[in-house]
Amino acid sequence: MAGNTLKLEIITPECVTVSDESTSIVLNAIDGYLGIWPNHAPMIAGLRPGALHYSTTGGDKYVFVSGGFVEVSDNVVSIIAPSAERVEDIDLARAEAAKKRAEERLKNRDNIDVARAQAALARALGRINTVNESK
Amino acid sequence: MANAREIKRRMRSVKNTQQITKAMKMVSASKLRRAQGTVIAARPYKNKLKEVLSRLVASMGNNASDPLLEVREVKRVGFVVFASNKGLAGGYNFNIMKKALEEVHQAESRGAEIGIVAVGKKTREFFTKNGYTIDYEFMEVNDIPNSVDAGAISKTIKSAYISGQYDEVHIVYAEFISAMSQVPTSVKVLPITTPQSESAEGLDYIYEPSPAEVLSQILPLYLANQVFSALNEAKAGEHGARMTAMTSATDNATELLSKLDLSYNRARQAAITNEITEIVGGVNALN
Repeated sequence: MAGNTLKLEIITPECVTVSDESTSIVLNAIDGYLGIWPNHAPMIAGLRPGALHYSTTGGDKYVFVSGGFVEVSDNVVSIIAPSAERVEDIDLARAEAAKKRAEERLKNRDNIDVARAQAALARALGRINTVNESK
Repeated sequence: MANAREIKRRMRSVKNTQQITKAMKMVSASKLRRAQGTVIAARPYKNKLKEVLSRLVASMGNNASDPLLEVREVKRVGFVVFASNKGLAGGYNFNIMKKALEEVHQAESRGAEIGIVAVGKKTREFFTKNGYTIDYEFMEVNDIPNSVDAGAISKTIKSAYISGQYDEVHIVYAEFISAMSQVPTSVKVLPITTPQSESAEGLDYIYEPSPAEVLSQILPLYLANQVFSALNEAKAGEHGARMTAMTSATDNATELLSKLDLSYNRARQAAITNEITEIVGGVNALN
């Protein structure tokens, strides 16, 4: 199998969310989408909150990653993120509510932590996008 | 008989207390197990983060710079002190406070002002009583540590450091060795001292978008993780200390009960003997 697959690991402080063999991975990096195929050169890249999409022999899978970074070496892709959720674990209603709340805060703009509201909005949008992309 | 009744009452109250301490012991034992679980679950993340950061710093050499790495003249030092909300944990809180105070005095002797970030009610009580200002406080920390609580703390100290409120931040917590022993520890978390790895040369990585950018992404995660593992250790230690304290309280109660039982039986026997003597004396008088 060596040479045809990558080992994908998504590690958060609470647990190892995903540990799987994959044939290709698409990430939401700071500069835009980033595709990783087997035998990729060693790399470290920062991530934005958003969807991670990877293909396995059993089909495509989607995971929401809240940021952090990715390390690629020796066909092992490790994602180090503050939090991550598989698409089936995402609470869409909660994400929509969070999006609305963050948007309202940003609209009123009084007495709020703008950076924090923006980060919350980015996370909520990332979750919603992950669900939409997986459909 | 009054004496025997009093002993009986005393026994009942000791038994009640013993039931409470026994329950607390079991609650602490289960919380300790869960807290230990989070410590273990957090390990891969911690190790990976350390590994990548040390590699990154090694490859950047002296070019590594970030607001969180910047060393300034120390005018004001922040101490984040992790203690418990509740007592009944033996010497746990006292030992932490002793260590924290030691560190605080040391910083004062270097001419720095002190600001306290209190995690847990016991920290707030202690430092308020000793006349220090509490700059921030976190009283609602979950018994089973989670990254949300740790994130709130690390965000607070990060912005306090960047805004210049603190020139150095230390965290004081009890390092968890076992349920029986916790060692109070103090660690300087800001400015961040980057870990030095054994195999620093490592691979030649591509950095996306740039090493500096990646560094600025990793450092806050590293800080947050340091706070998170301190919180983990502190909570595991707290439950361990409470479990140990409650175990010995339960044992003491058992011992006390057996002593009381003995004196109760003695008192009862004395009363019976007394009665018999009286009856025998009465019969003898009648004859």
